[in-house]
This record gives sequence, structure tokens and C-alpha cells, in this order.
Amino acid sequence: MGNLEILVEAPIFSVQLLLDGLLVGAIFALAAYGMALLWGVMNIINIAQGDFVILGGYVTLTLYNAGIPALAGVPVAAIVLFGVGWVIYRVVIFRVVDRDLFISILATFGISILLQQLMDQIFGADIQSAESGLGTLFLFDNQVTLGKVKLVAFGTVLVVGAALAIFLKKSRMGQAIRATSQNARAARIMGINTDRVYAMTFALNAAVCGAAGALVVMTWVIQPFIGLAYTIRSFMIVVVAGLGNIAGVVAAGLGLGAAEQFAAFLLGAEFQIGFVFALLVVILLLRNAVLKRKRQVLK
Amino acid sequence: MFARLKPCLVPVTVAVLATSLSGAAHAKVDGDTIVLGAALSFTGKYKTNGKHTKNGYDLAVKRVNEMGGVKVGGKSYKLKVVYYDDESTPARGAQLVERLIKQDGVKFMLGPYSSGLTKAMAPVTEKYKIPMVEGNGASRSLFNKGYKYLFAVLSTSEQYLAEAVNLAAEQAKAAGTSPSAIKVALAVENDPFSQDIRAGVLDDAKRHGMNVVIDDKLPKELNDMTVTLTKIKALKPDLLIVSGHSKGAATAVRQMSEQKVDVPMFAITHCEAADVVGKYGGAADYTLCATQWAETMTYKDGYFGAAPEYAKLFEQTYGYVPPYQAAESTASVLVWVDALQRANSFDTDKLRDALSATEMETFYGNIKFDETGKNIAKPMVLRQIQGGQYKVVAPTKWASDKLIHPRPKWSER
Repeated sequence: MGNLEILVEAPIFSVQLLLDGLLVGAIFALAAYGMALLWGVMNIINIAQGDFVILGGYVTLTLYNAGIPALAGVPVAAIVLFGVGWVIYRVVIFRVVDRDLFISILATFGISILLQQLMDQIFGADIQSAESGLGTLFLFDNQVTLGKVKLVAFGTVLVVGAALAIFLKKSRMGQAIRATSQNARAARIMGINTDRVYAMTFALNAAVCGAAGALVVMTWVIQPFIGLAYTIRSFMIVVVAGLGNIAGVVAAGLGLGAAEQFAAFLLGAEFQIGFVFALLVVILLLRNAVLKRKRQVLK
Repeated sequence: MFARLKPCLVPVTVAVLATSLSGAAHAKVDGDTIVLGAALSFTGKYKTNGKHTKNGYDLAVKRVNEMGGVKVGGKSYKLKVVYYDDESTPARGAQLVERLIKQDGVKFMLGPYSSGLTKAMAPVTEKYKIPMVEGNGASRSLFNKGYKYLFAVLSTSEQYLAEAVNLAAEQAKAAGTSPSAIKVALAVENDPFSQDIRAGVLDDAKRHGMNVVIDDKLPKELNDMTVTLTKIKALKPDLLIVSGHSKGAATAVRQMSEQKVDVPMFAITHCEAADVVGKYGGAADYTLCATQWAETMTYKDGYFGAAPEYAKLFEQTYGYVPPYQAAESTASVLVWVDALQRANSFDTDKLRDALSATEMETFYGNIKFDETGKNIAKPMVLRQIQGGQYKVVAPTKWASDKLIHPRPKWSER
């Protein structure tokens, strides 16, 4: 518990951990947001989510290596991944949309392997990263240091999240997406082209992942086989937040991010991931207990 | 239609396979050619290092053949290597070694890339009593299983960063303070290789009576160590040791500079593989990097001359500076050549005995195996990045440059 003493004696380190956690959590929240959308609208759990993220990273890296500032990768990766998502929907996903959940998991798992191997062939297996060139922000008499790119990431997440929320609420297509998610059959009867809606949703999700990937390659490092970690993290955030709840996803992403930083500091880095999973179990048990009580009231 | 085609396709396929494999089909020694076998990672996550390994083997074979080949029983033989792609997966590697031995009849095995693959293949070569000389499996768990047919030319992983601990102790003594006052921080990946490194560092830290203040185990999909670095800011250790393959090296160097973390001494592995100088430039300066071998060292042999000459030849041939993974692969072939000539026979048991009696100097370093098969004659080397150049600074006996210690603070750079 020596680590706890450090935080008590020098609370400034808590500020560092909290800020790091929130900013890191934001990037995960972005990928998770796409996953929630896909899951809610199409009932597909996308195992290739993390690979979309990494692919977005490689798009950014390609720009960066060509001498274009890495920050430009955020919109470009989103646009490229939108196209990739659209193609993948037209080739594979439309075949599994209305099928059993297990089939779509299998299909996206296959896509995940395919993407990994393609990225390995094209970009190589080495660790890569792109520099944003933004430098470091010093706070509280240099005691807290933050990469400015993390702030940019945080801002991007908020902007993309808000833009998506508005898109879903106001635009024609957004309304169609929401209608389809509520009842696909009824939506079809009302004249909505659900196939187009699904394609749009899948491509949108890929685009969101692409933007997240651009942030990842500027903040951390990427290699073709690291995607699964992002898939699992997104999945967890969605499970905690529930479907169709933008604010919930962002809050869960930020909360888990902060919680795991503190856990790693207090318990040691080896318990960082373990702690998050333990927390997930606790949250699910709690939620179950709360729901049970509600059901009893209804009776 | 296909059903009718099938019967006539089968003999054709067999014939094609047979001709394509005929070079290897009755291997071991084929006319005047000695056939070595290796399963290497040409695809998958180890393909970069798999390529370095193959280039190392190929360069050795080419050079030995140019210089008259291998003399066994008064006759000169050429060398040749049969390769398979293990796809960076241990299960596939084990299958392929079995295939090399049983179908291709290979009796002289070269190692794969990485400890994991070597671990999967060693039980197979052991079962068939086929000697394997390897240069890319450093995990110490390879050498406590009682294997009799496994020989490794490289330093084992617990030695990788132990030298940094000794260097810190040396520096403390030179400054007139006691090594036991040194605070050590460890952040190593939670995988067998890095945990070996950790064990070696802890042993040496204990020997010097040092105080280990941080001992973090980083996850396998490691790409963020901000928490550990925050802890380092709080506890101010004198020596920071990070190991986690290329991911660990890149992450540590980048985040140290991003968070402006000051530590007097900072040592990592895999600097070259992660290309920390190319990617992060000045931020990588003053980092200590563990390496098996450096092209500036003065060891030499009859095939390649000294290390710099090897490096030159390698660069002419393949167009890039040889990483140590290539050098140790070349050395593995040289060990085979030496053993074949001394045993003067193709009998695998005689060869095994000849291998275990190896005592030679190569451009890669001295090689002498202990009873577990690991090389005990070659120390690890530490290089410090100074102005974007790798300079050998430890062990002091082989050092070409002076260590800059402590690392300048970020605010003074």
C-alpha cells in the first residue's frame, strides 16, 4: 500500500492519473461508440472493430510517411474507412445481417483475420507510430505533463460524438437508422430501404474506428496484430453502458479509463486489465440486482 | 467432371511434388552437398526477424561454399539449407521440424526465430536425436529441461539487462557512493522472455544490495506505460529498466520524452528492432540498449574476419546494416561447420559430442557451450545512443566509448 501513501502525500499525481485516464478513455469510447451503433441497429457484434481502428492508424501512418501532418489523418482515415466499411458490407455483412448472432460473430472474426494478414503483408509486422509534433503541455508547475495530442484526441471524440448524435437525430438517414434499429420490419413497410441503412451504419462505424485509429497511432504505437485489444475494450464499454446511449458510452469509456489508471498505480501494472474485468463483473451483478428489484415492483 | 479428373490428377501432383522435393527428399548428405534444415517465420508477426535470420544463414552458407566448403573425411562438401515457413506459430513450427526430419531426412537443424518457436521445436529434435544449433531462442526455460541436442550461440535472456545493473553499480562506486543506495525501477512485459530479463536484473540488484522500488509487469498488448512513468516521477529511481520487445522500446522512449520523465540511467532491449533513433530522433539519446552483438566489436574468425568486415559484407549483399539477429544466425552456421569438420563424420551422436566440445572464436563472439547447451563465453553488450549513434559503453572491457551519466535532464536538452 506504499503506492497509496504516495497519492495521499502528493495528490498532484492523482491529477496526472485522472487526466491520463480520462483522455485515454476517450479514445476507447470512440471505438466503443461505433460498436454500440452497429450492435443496436444491426445486432452484429463486430470482432473486426479493433482491426478497423488499426487500419485507420495505418492510413494515417501512410500520410505521415508521405510528409503530410499526422493530424490530417483523422478525417482522411475516417473517409477511407467509410469506403472500406461500405465494401465489406456489400461483400460479406449483408449476408449475415438477419442471421443468428453467432454467424455474424464468425463472419466478422474472419474479416478480422483477413485484415490483420493484409495489413501485415502491406505494412509489415514492425511497430509503427506517427508523431503529431504537438509537444507536451505542462501543468501545475511542471508536475503534470500531458501530450497535447491526447487533448486533441479528447476534443475529436467530443466533436465526433456530438456530430453523430446530431446526425442520428436530425438527418433523414439518421432517422431511418433509428427507425430500423427499433423495428426493421416496420421500417421496411414504411418504405425505408433497410439494406441502405445497414450499409450506411456499417460504413459509419468503420469511419468512426478510422478516426480513433488516427488518434491511436499518434498517441501510442500500432502493429497489425494488436487490434483485438481494442475490440475487447469496446465490447466492455458497450456492455457497461448499454446500447443506444451515447452519453452512457462516453461516460463508461472515461470512467473505465480513469479507474484502470488508478488500479495500475495502486496495484501494479499487471493488475490493470484484470481490475477492469473484475469491475465489469461487479457492474453487471449490481445492474442485475437493480433490475430485479424493479421487476419485483412491477409485479 | 471433377470426379473423373481426380484420378489422373493425383499421380501428376505426386510427380510434381516429388521432383520439387527431390533435392531434399534424400537429404542429410546429397552427393557433395550437406543439407541443413530450418523452419523460419516468413509470414506472420515474426516475419521481419525471420528474414534477418534467413539472411544470416544464407550469407554464412554462401561464404563457406565460396571458401571451399566443409571438409569431412577428406572430401569437400557444399552447404545448403532447406527452409519452410512456420507462419510465426509454434504448432506449425513443430510440425515442420518433424517433416524436415522424417520426410526430408534432414539431420542437421538450424534454429527458428524467437524463444517461443524454439521451445516448440526443441522437443521434436530431441525426440529424434537431431542436433539443433540456434541463434534466436534466448529464454532460459530452454536450458533447464535437460535437452541434449540443443545448442544456442547467443547469451540467454536473463543476461540481457543485468549488465545495466552492474554498470549502475560501477558508476556509483566511481562517484564515491555505495551501490546499495541505488533505487531500481523495473517495467517489463508479462511474457516469458521479459520475465527472464527481470529475473536476471533482480538477481544482480540483490547481489549489489540495491533497492527495487518499482516492479511493474506490463500487459502483452502493451502500448501505454503512463502509469508506470507517473510512479517513476513520484519515486525518482536511479535506474529504469524496460523490456517488452519492440512495443516496449518504442512506447518507453516516446512516453519518457512526452511526459518529460528524468531518470539518471535508462536501459531497454530491442532499440534497433523498434528503430527508436529513426522514429524519435533526439528523444532516444542517452538510452542504453542491450544487444547480443555490435558491428564495432573486435572478435574475428577465418570466414568473415572481424565484426566490421562481416557488417560490410552483409550490407553489400542485402542492403541494410545487419541486426544482431542476423549475426547470431550466421554464427550458428559457423558452429555447424566447425563441428562437422572436427567430428569428421555425419553421425549425429558424434556430431552432438563435437558440438558440445565447441570452443571457438567467431566474428560474433566466443562460443563455448555449457552442459545445458547455452553459450557461456560471450557477454551481452550495452550500447548508449549518443547523438543518434549507437556507441558501445559496457562491458567496459569491450567499450569503444564513454558512458554519459547521468542522462541530461529534459529541461537541459
